[in-house]
Amino acid sequence: MNIVACVKRVPTTEAVAQPTADGKGLDTSGLQYMISFYDEIAVEEAVKTKEALGAGEVTVLTLGPKGGTKEIRECLAKGGDKAVVLTDEEWHLRDARSTAKALVAQLTSMGADLVFMGRVATDRDNAAVGPMVATYLGWPCITDVIGLELAADKGTAKVETEEGVETVEFSLPAVITCQKGLNEPRYAGLKGIMAAKKKPLEEVAPDATANQAQVVEVALPPARKEGRIVGEGVDAVPALIEALQNEAKVL
Amino acid sequence: MSKVIVFCEHTGGAVRRASLESIGAAASAGAEVVAVLWGPGASDAAASATGASKAVCLTGGDAYSADAVAAAVADVVRAEGAKGFLAAATYRGKDLSPRVAAHLDVTPFTDCIEFTAEGDSFRVRRPWLAGKALATLTSEGDVLCATTRLNVFAPADAGAPGETAEHAVSAEPKARVTALEGKGDAKLDVKEAPVVISGGRGLQEPENIKNVEDLAAAIGDAAGGASRALVDLGWRPHGEQVGQTGKTVSPQLYVAVAISGAIQHLAGMRTSGVIVAINKDADAPIFKVADYGIVGDAFEVLPALTEAIKGAKANA
Ligand SMILES: Cc1cc2nc3c(=O)[nH]c(=O)nc-3n(C[C@H](O)[C@H](O)[C@H](O)COP(=O)(O)OP(=O)(O)OC[C@H]3O[C@@H](n4cnc5c(N)ncnc54)[C@H](O)[C@@H]3O)c2cc1C
Ligand SMILES: Nc1ncnc2c1ncn2[C@@H]1O[C@H](COP(=O)(O)O)[C@@H](O)[C@H]1O
Repeated sequence: MNIVACVKRVPTTEAVAQPTADGKGLDTSGLQYMISFYDEIAVEEAVKTKEALGAGEVTVLTLGPKGGTKEIRECLAKGGDKAVVLTDEEWHLRDARSTAKALVAQLTSMGADLVFMGRVATDRDNAAVGPMVATYLGWPCITDVIGLELAADKGTAKVETEEGVETVEFSLPAVITCQKGLNEPRYAGLKGIMAAKKKPLEEVAPDATANQAQVVEVALPPARKEGRIVGEGVDAVPALIEALQNEAKVL
Repeated sequence: MSKVIVFCEHTGGAVRRASLESIGAAASAGAEVVAVLWGPGASDAAASATGASKAVCLTGGDAYSADAVAAAVADVVRAEGAKGFLAAATYRGKDLSPRVAAHLDVTPFTDCIEFTAEGDSFRVRRPWLAGKALATLTSEGDVLCATTRLNVFAPADAGAPGETAEHAVSAEPKARVTALEGKGDAKLDVKEAPVVISGGRGLQEPENIKNVEDLAAAIGDAAGGASRALVDLGWRPHGEQVGQTGKTVSPQLYVAVAISGAIQHLAGMRTSGVIVAINKDADAPIFKVADYGIVGDAFEVLPALTEAIKGAKANA
């Protein structure tokens, strides 16, 4: 089985947002990067699936910069067999559709059977690329998966909605987007790190569909109104109730 | 006037509040709204899609299939000549919208907090980096597909749809919902609740979460939330985690109890209406975003606050 884990290089969650001088983007200078939190879960699920099958191959696929291989090697150290990098220095500026089209082209040419993605990439917070890729491919997609069982040509997934936990039955091939709770991503051992250095990493020029999304303005959220400490300990409770009732009017 | 199709979720014979907010967003942008409803009870619930001029009920298929429903919704968008498609940023809405967008070959916009007219299309504002920045965007696509963040838009102040129609879900389903294990206790979801009370690591023992639950019960209409620290400890389910890798919430009132206010937590709650922080450390960063703070021990302050709220309610 040709299993693919799609991962995106995103700013670390500590990143502070700073709009660029023209107000049309975010300043990227000084940013640290990581593999998006949920994509680590996708890599783990891909590797676990291969291990359970006792056969197959896991490809780590990213649309990202040429220089971003450190994070991709980490995915290989955690069990990916090879990597494909769709090289684009402006990967972070692509809209969801443009990203999805580039991934679809690669997934088609490599003959993917099962694709794992993150629930959302923690930069633009689109939560869209997974279901878009699946729709373009004509495949089912199950989003925010917290439990997964696979058979030869079908699977059963558990997802958490506002109503409770749903069971979803689907046919393969499929795109699965991974939610926290599906698995606990492993740490890369020294052996894995050494092995990763020798694993194949192929660079491919991606499909370049132009963006539809046009940025009018990027701004910081309005600062919150200055708050105040109403007091210390139990003695402050009446003052808080008074403020919530008569000032904020939320009680 | 541009037309917007709004996917309306419904429960107990009525359209959900979150979907009514999506209709409100479209109506306030001056659009004519067509509500689309799926599933058992859709035709009864259609009458409660206030603000829509027409309702289309999707028929056929007794188990929900996101892929089949998305294809049918895209058909309706095309047939109506709509310029916009909206759904609420619930699980269903976020799962459906990108699929509808792909069928229409347009890029979708997630979790929008503003929706205004731009020529015969629309302009949206939405968070980037979990709300650390806000981007205003337009689309060159033929249809602007978006989800609306909960508790941000007001439902439309208008009447029931004057016209209803049916449209068959005809695509062969590839994935189907076969079972739902309900939450049982009908607990409010943190994303939907008008009041959220969250606890953090400073609660020290899992038993102490009871203090937070008691306060939530006293206020009413409140959901319990948690910092990632509590979720990682396994004391609360991930569905209650607030923050960059949890849920983003905008309730009218957010109470952070024994939460330090890490940047990843603030990203998930800083757009709340009123923020109250209770923390024993006067220098905790949570106080920087709080409207009202009490510096003190949560184990003393919470029970007193709970009693005081019960008292205030009894007098109201
Ligand atoms: C990739 C990544 C993603 C993350 N995503 C999230 C996320 O989505 N959501 C999230 O919340 N965090 C997230 N975090 C974690 C975040 O960085 C913090 O570690 C976490 O929010 C801390 O939780 P806390 O405030 O409960 O605990 P702490 O930071 O330990 O704070 C405990 C607070 O309780 C106070 N306290 C102690 N005892 C008492 C008492 N008796 N009464 C009153 N106050 C008391 C202390 O003064 C302190 O301020 C993420 C981190 C990373 C690296
Ligand atoms: N540039 C990219 N390269 C590879 N995978 C991506 C990329 N962008 C998004 N994805 C995948 O799509 C998921 C959802 O991303 P998004 O829709 O941007 O929130 C991510 O978790 C990844 O698995």
